[in-house]
Amino acid sequence: MFSYYLDLALRSLKRNKVLTALMVIAIALGIGACMTTFTVLHVLSGDPLPGKSARLFYPQIDPEDMDGYEPNKEPARQVTWIDGMNLLKAKRGERQALMTGGAVPVQPAQSGMDPFFSDARFTTADFFPMFETPFLFGRGWSEAEDNGKARVAVITRSLNDKLYGGNDSTGKILRMKDTAFRVIGVLDTWRPNPHFYDLNMGNYSATEDVFVPLTTARDLRFERNGSMNCWGRGGGDNEHIETATCVWLQFWVQLESADKAADYRTFLDNYSKEQKALGRFQRPSNVRLSNVMEWMDVNKVVPSDVRLQSWLALGFLLVCLVNTVGLMLAKFLRRAGELGVRRALGASKREVFVQLLVEAGVIGLAGGVGGLVLAFLGLWLVRLQPADYASLAHLDISMLLVTFMLALISSLLAGLLPAWRACQITPALQLKSQ
Amino acid sequence: MDILPILSTLRRHKITALLVILEIALTCAIVCNAVFLISQRIDRIHMPSGIAEHELLHIELANIGAKADEKARTAADMAAIRQIPGVTAVAAVEQVPFGNSSNNSGIKIDPKQNKSTLNATNYFGENVAETLGVQLVAGRFLQSDEYVDLEDAIKAFAAGESNSKALPHSVVITQAMAERLWPGQQALGKQLYMGSELPLTVVGLMKTLVRPSIWDDSAAQYSMVIPIRVNSGQYVIRTAPQDRDRVLKTALEKLKLINPNRVVLKKRTWDEVREKFFQNDRAMTGLLVGVCIALLVVTALGIVGLGSFWVAQRRRQIGVRRALGATRRHILHYFQTENFLLATIGIAIGMVLAYGINLFLMTHYELPRLPAIYFPVGAVLLWLIGQAAVLGPAMRAAAVPPVVATRSV
Repeated sequence: MFSYYLDLALRSLKRNKVLTALMVIAIALGIGACMTTFTVLHVLSGDPLPGKSARLFYPQIDPEDMDGYEPNKEPARQVTWIDGMNLLKAKRGERQALMTGGAVPVQPAQSGMDPFFSDARFTTADFFPMFETPFLFGRGWSEAEDNGKARVAVITRSLNDKLYGGNDSTGKILRMKDTAFRVIGVLDTWRPNPHFYDLNMGNYSATEDVFVPLTTARDLRFERNGSMNCWGRGGGDNEHIETATCVWLQFWVQLESADKAADYRTFLDNYSKEQKALGRFQRPSNVRLSNVMEWMDVNKVVPSDVRLQSWLALGFLLVCLVNTVGLMLAKFLRRAGELGVRRALGASKREVFVQLLVEAGVIGLAGGVGGLVLAFLGLWLVRLQPADYASLAHLDISMLLVTFMLALISSLLAGLLPAWRACQITPALQLKSQ
Repeated sequence: MDILPILSTLRRHKITALLVILEIALTCAIVCNAVFLISQRIDRIHMPSGIAEHELLHIELANIGAKADEKARTAADMAAIRQIPGVTAVAAVEQVPFGNSSNNSGIKIDPKQNKSTLNATNYFGENVAETLGVQLVAGRFLQSDEYVDLEDAIKAFAAGESNSKALPHSVVITQAMAERLWPGQQALGKQLYMGSELPLTVVGLMKTLVRPSIWDDSAAQYSMVIPIRVNSGQYVIRTAPQDRDRVLKTALEKLKLINPNRVVLKKRTWDEVREKFFQNDRAMTGLLVGVCIALLVVTALGIVGLGSFWVAQRRRQIGVRRALGATRRHILHYFQTENFLLATIGIAIGMVLAYGINLFLMTHYELPRLPAIYFPVGAVLLWLIGQAAVLGPAMRAAAVPPVVATRSV
């Protein structure tokens, strides 16, 4: 029966090609727009470290003075050098790392290659195991190397390709700011999205190319990048930022269970009180502890433009659907005579209804395929955009399935009302009017 | 034109008529808001900077090796740039308008107040305002004996001194900032405080000077010029528009000659700076325009499709009317009036929807209220599109010969 309905549907659609094309294009446009924007939204609100992100936490404490104090206001989004080092050395978590972004002048040994600046991350030993960074060659550094301000560096695969032609470069010497560093590890391709561990560098920026121990970077006065917030008599000069009243470092901690997280919160609270008793802190203890996804929400990483675009696309799909419902209704009602004959010859209401739904489904499917093509086109256009997330806009399997479901459901919805309306026709009345 | 027969016909096609109304209403609501968003973005893209944008160049350099005597190096760089024919001014700066990277301070008008009155950006660098071509509306620019070195200032400030010679004591601010700090009052000669610790006397008022990075458009012009000298490897060069390319090229050659051991991070005209700063707004504007056009086209095609169906369905009715003496013009007007009625109802509902969407956007995206002018403009636009779309089917209807009445289908 289904193939017969399909045949009927195709015949009916062929009879009025312009109208069929109009309906298909309307659905395709609506779905294409929706899928493009939903895919971007889906990619941007994704989990940067699936399976691990719930166990990684970003503590916030309130080290500022009473100037501008409001009870329960969100505390500073970074930590000072002193607090960062205290929390790091306390080792209350499974793992912990202190870090900041920066830039380093790389001086390639090869003649003919000009020196260039590379984005860098100055951090501590646990960064690599905690964030489960994949290593192509070598390893990260140890706590001993942190303490010894060792001249060691981990570089990314892309920098390794550029400088060493993709060969194992561990043990080689890399010159940065007139200092010789030993390459001890090469990271395989690793780009967590969002750039969760430091959102000051752009929410979706690429991974830095060079990793150096934080202590070494400070020892050599490497240029730091990112945001710095000072109060009191704090000034942001690169010479004294260890003692200045400024927050400029990110601190992450790995906690294995909810109990451990609760314990850690208590620890932070006690630490704040202790610092207040010592006179370093002035405000009452005000601590927060967010896991990765909570931290993404706090920072509102998904651009509001992208959300707005999704609403816009949804509205557009709605208009396209209303349009299709209207056209289909007009079309089905115009065939009242034909349907009247079928009903008079013994087809039940249900059979006529199913027949019309098949026709609607065919349009939906065609619209879905068209929508998919348009979504690919739309995503290609998004990738041409200047935004830092542009290169991430790719369709994945789950979004592909969603596209088809959306197409089928929306066209069936669009076909439901016209089909129901058309099978309400009284056969006798139709036959009489002929 | 009698509309009663039209209404009675529409009553027999309730659902179809409702769908047309709904489509027009949705389109009207979305297009009104989208056009409003577009106008907001266009305003933003044309945000005034207060500087002579077509005469300026920006160069940023970074050292490869360890730091040397930056002060002497900056002086040498500046002297070399000044010698290039066509250069009218040059300044060493640490941030630039629309440059994105910025240094900001909380500003108070009373050191004892708990919260800052506003947050403003700090422009440092000798003659930076003059070089940028900022327009002064009252008072004066900073004088060379007022300038202090950044490093000395930071040291003195950290040491807790407040009246030291190493600290700046004067400031030039924008009108927007003065109006926010002291509404309706003369700002010249008044004191403002950076944080609670550093008092500065306002000696000049600038018309506008935009910030390097803008989080809140209403605070975009909150800028201060503070008499502090910097040596951070960033230069702003002023020259005639037609000389920009040549001057930039020569300046880079000279700088490379002075010290080859550094990397050029930025070399650009301000047209490029502005272009880059607003690139996301421009992309969003393009997208919104595209969606508006697509929406209007889909709606128009929907009206054409439905109109054609109605005309085909009513061929006999039209034939009978023609046979009974209706002219072609009558038939044409019938369909045009019908479309006008549907569009009017759709637009009325669309306005309410548009207002609702605007309320939603106001709470979620911090947009201002939709100006009333958008409602009549949106209405006229949709009326015109409706009429244009229905014209084809209506003409076809008018072409139906009266003889159709005598045929059975």
